[in-house]
Amino acid sequence: MHNFNYAQAQNIGEAIEFAKGNESAKFIAGGTNLIDLLKYNITTANMLVDINHVPEHHLIEEKSDGGVRLGAFVTNADTAYHPLIESRYPLLSKAILAGASAQIRNMATNGGNLLQRTRCYYFYDPATPCNKREPGTGCSAIGGYNRIMAVLGTSENCIAVFPSDMCVALAALQAVVNITGPEGDRSMPFADFHRLPGDTPHLDNNLKTDEIIVSIDLPEKGFDKNYSYLKLRDRSSYAFALVSVATGLELENNLIKEARIALGGLAHKPWRVEKAEDFLKDKEPTMSNFASAAEMILFGATGFEHNSFKIELAKRAIVRNCMMALNPESQQPGAQPSL
Amino acid sequence: MLDLPQIGQPVSRLEGRAKVTGTAKYAGEYNADGLLYGYVVNSTITRGKIVHIDTNAVKEIEGVIEVFTHENRPSLAWFDMQYSDMDAPPGSPFRPLQNAEIKYNGQPIALIVAETFELARYAASILKVSYQGESFETDLYNHQNEARDPKKGVATLLKPLPPKPKGDFEKAFSDSAAQVSAEFVHGTEHHNPIELFATTTIYEGEGKVTIYDKTQGTINCQLYVGNIFGLHFKNVRVISPYVGGAFGSGLRPQYQLFLSVMAALQLKRSIRVTLDRQQMYTFGHRPPTIQKTRFGADSDGKVNAINHTAIGETSRHEDYTEVVVNWANIIYPAKNTILEYQLLPMDVSSPLDMRAPGGSTASHAIESTMDELAHKMKIDPMQFRLINYADIDVSENRPFSSKELRQCYIQGAEKFGWAERNPEPRSMRRGHKLVGYGMATGFWEAMSIPARAEAVLTREGKLRVSSAVTDIGTGTLTVMTQIAADELGLPLDDVQFCYGDSKMPFAPIQGGSFTLATVGSAIKVAGKALRKKILKKAKEMKNSPLKNASDGDVIFERGGISLKSNPDVLISFREIIVANEDKEIKTTNMSVPNVFKLKNYTRAAHSAAFVEVEIDEELGTIQVKRAVTAVAAGKIINPKTARSQILGGMIWGISKALYEETISDHRYGRYMNQNLGEYHIPSHADVHELDVIFVEEKDEIINELGSKGVGEIGLVAMAPAISNAIFHATGKRINKLPIHFDELL
Repeated sequence: MHNFNYAQAQNIGEAIEFAKGNESAKFIAGGTNLIDLLKYNITTANMLVDINHVPEHHLIEEKSDGGVRLGAFVTNADTAYHPLIESRYPLLSKAILAGASAQIRNMATNGGNLLQRTRCYYFYDPATPCNKREPGTGCSAIGGYNRIMAVLGTSENCIAVFPSDMCVALAALQAVVNITGPEGDRSMPFADFHRLPGDTPHLDNNLKTDEIIVSIDLPEKGFDKNYSYLKLRDRSSYAFALVSVATGLELENNLIKEARIALGGLAHKPWRVEKAEDFLKDKEPTMSNFASAAEMILFGATGFEHNSFKIELAKRAIVRNCMMALNPESQQPGAQPSL
Repeated sequence: MLDLPQIGQPVSRLEGRAKVTGTAKYAGEYNADGLLYGYVVNSTITRGKIVHIDTNAVKEIEGVIEVFTHENRPSLAWFDMQYSDMDAPPGSPFRPLQNAEIKYNGQPIALIVAETFELARYAASILKVSYQGESFETDLYNHQNEARDPKKGVATLLKPLPPKPKGDFEKAFSDSAAQVSAEFVHGTEHHNPIELFATTTIYEGEGKVTIYDKTQGTINCQLYVGNIFGLHFKNVRVISPYVGGAFGSGLRPQYQLFLSVMAALQLKRSIRVTLDRQQMYTFGHRPPTIQKTRFGADSDGKVNAINHTAIGETSRHEDYTEVVVNWANIIYPAKNTILEYQLLPMDVSSPLDMRAPGGSTASHAIESTMDELAHKMKIDPMQFRLINYADIDVSENRPFSSKELRQCYIQGAEKFGWAERNPEPRSMRRGHKLVGYGMATGFWEAMSIPARAEAVLTREGKLRVSSAVTDIGTGTLTVMTQIAADELGLPLDDVQFCYGDSKMPFAPIQGGSFTLATVGSAIKVAGKALRKKILKKAKEMKNSPLKNASDGDVIFERGGISLKSNPDVLISFREIIVANEDKEIKTTNMSVPNVFKLKNYTRAAHSAAFVEVEIDEELGTIQVKRAVTAVAAGKIINPKTARSQILGGMIWGISKALYEETISDHRYGRYMNQNLGEYHIPSHADVHELDVIFVEEKDEIINELGSKGVGEIGLVAMAPAISNAIFHATGKRINKLPIHFDELL
């Protein structure tokens, strides 16, 4: 770990001021990923700006438009167990609780969750080439051990996966990310926040280095009647998803009025295919309809040496999860955490 | 309670409170005035030479004291012998900083010493090293044809090479009514104890050091340090009071010990070197193996032909071996066998014994093959084991010292409900889950080795027993205290067991499940000698009521000696001490196993594991819902700590079957998942109902205690029982461990 300066910001303006013009400054909130990256020498920062003491953005509150605003500095645990989230957005609560460990969720913040970096083995090992860590050096995962890597939206430069569970639910809920920075405030639809690797795998998302996420808005519709989050992984806790699925369904007279399906563990960002969701509109919630949607969602997926199984697994997981969404009791306490 | 023997009581760990409250100090937590901190730099190439290490920039950092590399290390011992240790395999032990040659990826190449740990670590991260790389090989599977026979050495005594072929295997196999052939592939595993490896060397003046080391052998490390650095053994004291797990990784002195002592002697300062989690992947590991089996059985279900071959990875500099292929014919009495074991040297660090080395590897191959054979012959898997039950060890043609495996099968099956099993694969289900029952046999050798112990009746009339042995978390302190207490009929509170210090009487490294038998026997011998001495003193007392008493006439109880014939006669230990001019009474004794008697017997602990798995039919996800292990291991000294050992072994078996693997990238010769986030072991959510049965077993041959160690036996049968249960649930046999759930899609 390299030495760095430390500054504690007392408000957002001060935080932005501290980091202004310093490409190597990093904001730190929960630090659950950043500290690892610093220790492993994957990231270096000459300045850590501590934003935990900023008084704003620590609340979860209802908005006048019927939605709910998640403060960026609220912890993942407090979000998952918040009465508004448990009652109105149980899909988000389930997804958060499927991630990491209780200890990490107690530290990790909502803003930070969006900014966690990939868990690609090669990204974390400076002795190997990695375009995400060091642009232009090559991708070791291609031709290497790639069981955990992406099968959708990959490029010849990077096949890393974005590891968040929470963000899969946020994608399904069509959240909006609120950002502030030296040039003022802006908002971004969740689907536009994370990037595909393309030629710039070192960029995970569209947040500028001197900007801060201040809150995340959830639209009014929370799919609280029919929802399910399914996470498939190598052990039942404290492992990243090989495939995860967030499903929200709105049903009327046994027809699907609206469907949202987002996938994790398969791409450089949470994966949604609106065409597949549209396909389900006004159809019966049957296994065969979900299977057809699954085919559309996985269209174009390409496996690598060790991860082709993810394609078939994802299709089956979509069908299972949509069926589970018809009967959300299947996810009540006592149900298997990953199923 | 006072009158009850302590042996057999479920006593809680005596050091438990100290450990859970954080007052127990580990090797990396001892302090000294002016303590310096070392951080190790590891090679990032797999084979080649160091061309240059630019130490200047680093040395200029304020607070960095020194950078040790192969270029400036002190001159040291010359011969391989001097770098050897009690667990060294045949070959040439690795010497840190010996020269510019890189033998494996992660090899330590420099030690940075600084005023703080953080500074040393920072300096390590900017140290510039240039290499000249050479081609290398780390892929066992793709080079298996190059395997060769292992070299023999001292280590071969404890790890015998395979027995010679017997009968006519090929004919018997081809004549068999049923045959099974299979290949089993295991990857690398790392021990990953929670406590990181650390050495704190306290510099005590010219040529003298006190060393706090994470190790499984204080004397092993003392001799190693003395030999290499040319120090008098009496000036090297190695202390290791608490060990936060080791599982074999501390059987040999590791490089942080060498580097810490070297730097302390050179700088004449006390210094601590702690390895981080990633560095735990830069020395010993369980080697990857490839096993092939061909078993054949008669029409009546008797296995008549066993061919078991194994190829294990080793380093280029040492022939590390495991006992893999010797077991099958001890467990199942076939008349025709070919058992072969070969090694393949690769560009890796030397492998190192890891919990149930060889045995847990072998059992997967043997027990899966047996399961498949039973399936082919339409015989219940447990019935098949009973048909092939070995009453004597036919591989050596000698009896077992004791063997209650049959009771393990019967009692384990009863408790588990094995009779409910429908023999047809894929026949049992629960909702969209397939349910499978599997079982397997476990076997682990019960060895014992010479050791010494000191027993002292203190001036307070209490008992103090000591041995250099460590307690690697298994409960050694507790069980040794129990054994000692019974020698003088004292309550536990009046007994102190001192351990984990090379100044104390000799004990071998703590491994192989032989510590209980080895050190426990030494305590028994010392206890007996002390009793004799105390009685002698008591008889010499003025007007002693015991004057005419012989050994058989007295009882050691109630804090003294009483007469069997008249319990009212009691001379307290304190009175005896007073009569002894207030001086303590002391004896040091050696226990030497009776090799001439023991060699006539095969000595082993046995187990039978029964497992239920649930597998999602569409998604493949696997859960070990419950497991029962029945163990026959002679006298159980402490049912509580012994149960913990078996439970830990069972969980390890779940890990081995389903989760644990060190992922190698053979293009780089590097391990890719060097952290506990990606090196998966079971989480709590993966561990469900586990049950342990200790089957009663009397063994009057094996040692003074009639007790066999239980450190390993809990693991051995679990992985095959799980993979057999997966076969039963799905009809699929996956012979590569760990089994990933997607292989069941």
